[in-house]
Amino acid sequence: MSDFILETAGLSKEFKGFAAVSGVDLKVRRGHIHALIGPNGAGKTTVFNLLTKFLPPTTGTIHFEGQDITTEAPAATARRGLIRSFQISATFPGLTVLENVRIGLQRKLGTGFHFWRSEKSLDALNGKAMELLESVDLGRFADTITGEMPYGRKRALEIATTLALEPTMMLLDEPTQGMGHEDIERVVALIRKVSEGRTILMVEHNLSVVANLCDRITVLTRGSVLAEGSYEEVSRDPRVLEAYVGSADINDAHH
Amino acid sequence: MTINNNGMFARATPLLFGALFIIGLVAPFAVYPTFLMKILCFGLFACAFNLLLGFAGLLSFGHAAFLGTAGYACGMLVRDLGVTPEVGILGGTLAAAILGWVFGVLAIRRSGIYFAMITLALAQMVFFFALQWKATGGEDGLQGVPRGHLFGLIDLSNNIAMYYLVFAVFCAGFFIIHRTIHSPFGQILKAIRENEPRAVSLGYDVAKYKLLAFVLSAALAGMAGATKTLVFQLASLTDVHWHMSGEVVLMTLLGGLGTILGPLVGAGVIVSLQSELADKVGSWVTVIMGVIFVLCVLLFRRGIVGELQALIKRAGIN
Repeated sequence: MSDFILETAGLSKEFKGFAAVSGVDLKVRRGHIHALIGPNGAGKTTVFNLLTKFLPPTTGTIHFEGQDITTEAPAATARRGLIRSFQISATFPGLTVLENVRIGLQRKLGTGFHFWRSEKSLDALNGKAMELLESVDLGRFADTITGEMPYGRKRALEIATTLALEPTMMLLDEPTQGMGHEDIERVVALIRKVSEGRTILMVEHNLSVVANLCDRITVLTRGSVLAEGSYEEVSRDPRVLEAYVGSADINDAHH
Repeated sequence: MTINNNGMFARATPLLFGALFIIGLVAPFAVYPTFLMKILCFGLFACAFNLLLGFAGLLSFGHAAFLGTAGYACGMLVRDLGVTPEVGILGGTLAAAILGWVFGVLAIRRSGIYFAMITLALAQMVFFFALQWKATGGEDGLQGVPRGHLFGLIDLSNNIAMYYLVFAVFCAGFFIIHRTIHSPFGQILKAIRENEPRAVSLGYDVAKYKLLAFVLSAALAGMAGATKTLVFQLASLTDVHWHMSGEVVLMTLLGGLGTILGPLVGAGVIVSLQSELADKVGSWVTVIMGVIFVLCVLLFRRGIVGELQALIKRAGIN
């Protein structure tokens, strides 16, 4: 098995002549927490959409666990164990917290199309669902309607739902965006916890989060890879400092 | 709070259904059976439509095609091939299910207004087909469909016997819808309605789930249409006309979108109004329906049943 769980070669996406992503060769090592950073409009979210097949690439290939998944349907890629989150928290707001996690667990039962079967048959999943909720500190909210919860908890629920699929690799799109200090600490701890035994690729703006969480960093500007390496290497790279306007940013982030 | 209220609803629902079932059993002795049968047929039609719009979030503007096609299919089977009524209803339902699959495959990958427009366009093709084809009787429709003998035994020309068949069909359809909503499939359908990209990212092929919902809805709409043909001994262009596709939207919204009983209530109100007003105001009925629709959208968007539920919920909290 290759050391790299996810590899792209020459990945490009054009929107009506505008190259949002061009020639990205990204290699994510198995077991790493890998960060994708860069200024606004660098193409980070587009890369995510390409990797998870929500957008078809214009050119280039994507290999996951050695398999070419470039032209696969998004749901099929998800079933391989490559699961994404979204920039805005992705939950099912009208369902209860428990039901949200069960949606993640339900696919394994293979009764998704059984419209004649009672939903009580899903109660068999409740134990596992509660376990997942406890692991993100949401056990006591099981019966709450998801839409009524604060933002930070919705993000935790999103992670629990993703974990229900036992993904080999998680793609997190700005997991701490719009959060206060305490919430950020909680989510960072959570990411560290769930990263055991799996690979994580995350887009993140908060550089102190990146500094203390990530093994490797890829810097993207204007759709291309500008630099790649450990936080120390990347934060000393003059090209990276230049790309971030007000180059002090990246050094201050340590403190 | 939410938990208590949900619990309250859960406990009250079987009682309510039981009471309605008993009312349904004795109703033909108090009210003109044909009128009741009309309400039940349109009620089932609206419930089937609601399964699609209220629980899968898909607005079809071509549901008349399923009502009408099943009506014609049932009429031809019973009148021209001489099969028994229950076979006619099953045949009509099957025809609508097949048509629903064809519509679904063509429309399901589009969403919102494009989905509605494709279903409308396809339904218009069905309308012109019914208008032109000799076997469907064109402008005259399919007349003189005999009600026949149920299982070859029970004479349905008796209005009370016919009523109980319609009531049984309605209950069966209603049960299927209720079960579908409260099934593993129903859970995923709700998830797709709430957040489609997230459902995709969890590995669900959403198009397949939507297609099944569409076929189920079409089949049940067809079951209503086939039964209606037997009741009135007639299948006509009215049932495939786009007016009918609009009317079912009105019934569903008026009664309460996404509520299990709303569409039946909405159908009851609309059918009652139409039969009450038809002699008195003539074509002004259309205007009155329009005004009701506007008021419904502006003032009580949750519909009759939806507003009642919200009222009960509020009373429960205070």
